[in-house]
Amino acid sequence: MTIMIYLLPIALLLGLGGLAAFFWAMKSGQFDDLEGDAQRILFDDEDQVPGRQG
Amino acid sequence: MSIASDLPRVVPPVDTKAGVNSTMLAIDGIHCAACVQRIERTLAQDPDVVSARVNFTTRRLALAWRGSPARAADYIERLDDMGFTARPFDVGVLNSADASNDRKLLRAMAVAGFAAGNVMWLAISVWAGVFADMGPATKALMQWMQALIALPAIAYSGMTFFTAAWNAVRRGHVNMDVPISIGIILAAAMSVVQTVIGADDVYYDAAISLVFLLLVGRYLDQRARGRAREAAAHLLSLAVTEVTRLTDDGRAELVAIEAVRPGDHLLVAAGGRLPVDGVVFAGRSAIDTSTLTGESVPATVGVGDQVFAGTINTGNPLTIEARAIGGDTVLAEIVRCMEAAEQGRARYVVLADRLARLYAPVVHSLAAITFVGWWLWPMSAPWTEALLHAVAVLIITCPCALAIAVPAVQVASSGRLFRRGILLKNATALERLATVNTIIFDKTGTLTEGRPELVENKALPGAALDLASGLAAASRHPLAQALRRARPDAPTLAGVIEFPGDGLEATLDGRMIRLGRRGFAAPEAAEFDDGDGEMWLAGFGPAPLRLAFRDRARVDAARVVAELSKRYRLVLLSGDRPAAVAQLAESVGIPEWRAAQRPAEKVAVIEALKAEGARVLMVGDGINDAPSLAAADASMAPSAAADISRTAADVLFQGAGLSAVPATLSVARRSQILVRENLGISLLYNVTLVPLAVLGMVTPLLAAVAMSVSSLTVILNALRLGRAGREDFNRGDAA
Repeated sequence: MTIMIYLLPIALLLGLGGLAAFFWAMKSGQFDDLEGDAQRILFDDEDQVPGRQG
Repeated sequence: MSIASDLPRVVPPVDTKAGVNSTMLAIDGIHCAACVQRIERTLAQDPDVVSARVNFTTRRLALAWRGSPARAADYIERLDDMGFTARPFDVGVLNSADASNDRKLLRAMAVAGFAAGNVMWLAISVWAGVFADMGPATKALMQWMQALIALPAIAYSGMTFFTAAWNAVRRGHVNMDVPISIGIILAAAMSVVQTVIGADDVYYDAAISLVFLLLVGRYLDQRARGRAREAAAHLLSLAVTEVTRLTDDGRAELVAIEAVRPGDHLLVAAGGRLPVDGVVFAGRSAIDTSTLTGESVPATVGVGDQVFAGTINTGNPLTIEARAIGGDTVLAEIVRCMEAAEQGRARYVVLADRLARLYAPVVHSLAAITFVGWWLWPMSAPWTEALLHAVAVLIITCPCALAIAVPAVQVASSGRLFRRGILLKNATALERLATVNTIIFDKTGTLTEGRPELVENKALPGAALDLASGLAAASRHPLAQALRRARPDAPTLAGVIEFPGDGLEATLDGRMIRLGRRGFAAPEAAEFDDGDGEMWLAGFGPAPLRLAFRDRARVDAARVVAELSKRYRLVLLSGDRPAAVAQLAESVGIPEWRAAQRPAEKVAVIEALKAEGARVLMVGDGINDAPSLAAADASMAPSAAADISRTAADVLFQGAGLSAVPATLSVARRSQILVRENLGISLLYNVTLVPLAVLGMVTPLLAAVAMSVSSLTVILNALRLGRAGREDFNRGDAA
């Protein structure tokens, strides 16, 4: 059972890593516009062909 | 958009940092992702624009540019040209309490979720170890690990419930948060004691997963309501707060509405809303008073005529002399009337709160009885053991499922409605809507489209209509535009002269052709009084022709009324003239109607109905409906309604049809059935497990399983909304 001495902290650190990643995502605005970002991938790339706007 | 560009240029609050200006604009008119792309591309073409990004969820544009901060107005104008109305936006006001609360809940939920997951695998290994050969040292290690993770997480994430419970207790009443907090704190405290003395019964997993599940419920609830509130706040931010004042030397200056004094001369652009009560000083125009009076045909005003705040100038620019400002206007009078009517509704207590008032005392006396029963009589156990059992009762009865029961249904229902363009502004609205048995409709703008349309008349030659439409193309008068809509392809005439307030004149093949009011185009024709708006065409034939205009019922009005009248008593209340109201009531099929109702009279009708025991839903859009919206048991308004009505209504609906009304009612009824089922399920769970707890037979494993199962059952049950609100009878294809 001594393996637990290593396994417990590893499991907890992995969990904490996930938590930190979530906080980072929240702080950097990843959840601010869920609807818009879902649509944005469908936009054409920024090739500014004249006369295509509007 | 010529109307928008006539409005005074509004300067948004601009934040300048290191030569880059940034501002936030609320954009009206974004319907799809393509609009987002158009706006971003067009603005990005400007070499000075650093970034332009539209948030599609909130319909806001974050704009950053180099150069002069004053260029913000240019960008707003450019958006106007593209057909979007952009308004500056006070970020501070909107990002205040709601958003920070949202983030706090989300953070607490993440921490609780992390801790619940990790405590759970430790707890499961202990439970499993009971059957295998786990040594006492390993078990102690596992328990201490659980304590190490769970206690800080409970302290941090549970704070939401602890503060709410403390606030309630301090003010001397009890809400659901009180038994929740007591349950969580006792479960954690008892587990610590058990861990220290090396006993088996630790409840860390139950305590932290309880916090997690409750936070999920609370977050979803907050989120669903916040979304609707945000949408409503966005609509309100579009109100005009600045007016154009003419100085003595004839210059125009932009001032805040608060700075206007009686006697000032104000310029009201075509399409603009009148900011104050006053009299016309110069110009002639048509004023749309429908929001204030319910009258559907625009009134023609000239010099010396009285005009009221909140009405819309649909014709030509007007100069008005302010007479009554702010609190003295007719509009403000209506607002006061509305606020008075709203008092009654604030006293409504939702079912869950009524239950909470009963629940806490019952549960706490049960725990006390358990303690006394085990300690003194009939069990005569040591007091430590008696305390253990009493605490187990409190943990088992901690109303987790009960606290999720209502929010889960609320989230499912408001999500269903939101997807249909129906915004639930008020948390208790569903409960009140479900009890409704009488529906009152306003006419103009609610049952009807709120704009005049040409009445089809077979007797009128098509060539005459084409000629009239050709003349009308030169004018922005609402009736002229209705004519143009009816005959969009007619060739336009050249050399048309507009006489503001009178009509249009042109010369064709040597004949003089006039289109306009009777006194202008056909002074010798007989007067008609059928409640319709009219225009006369002279010069087409020997006699002048009368063109009638009427505010048409919404396309699905008759269908919706037929559907609703199966179940509800329907009443039509309008401020318009009897002839117009009777005509509409007959065409959509509402037998009960009253015309020429002033705002206070509408409220009186509602109060009378309520006194008879009816539960009233008011559907209206005008300023004159706002007091009735507030006075009724529940209220709905189209999203194009006047600001004040949007504020007063519980529910806002988008779209051209009225189908939102039956949809909302059916979701409300279904949701209340689900709420009752959910409350029943959670009480059933308590009734089953409490005897076991009182008898001291509850183990941590049983508590954990029961807690999660009951919460999940309640959440899953909330998803059984079925087809409520999805009926397609109003789509137009399945009637």
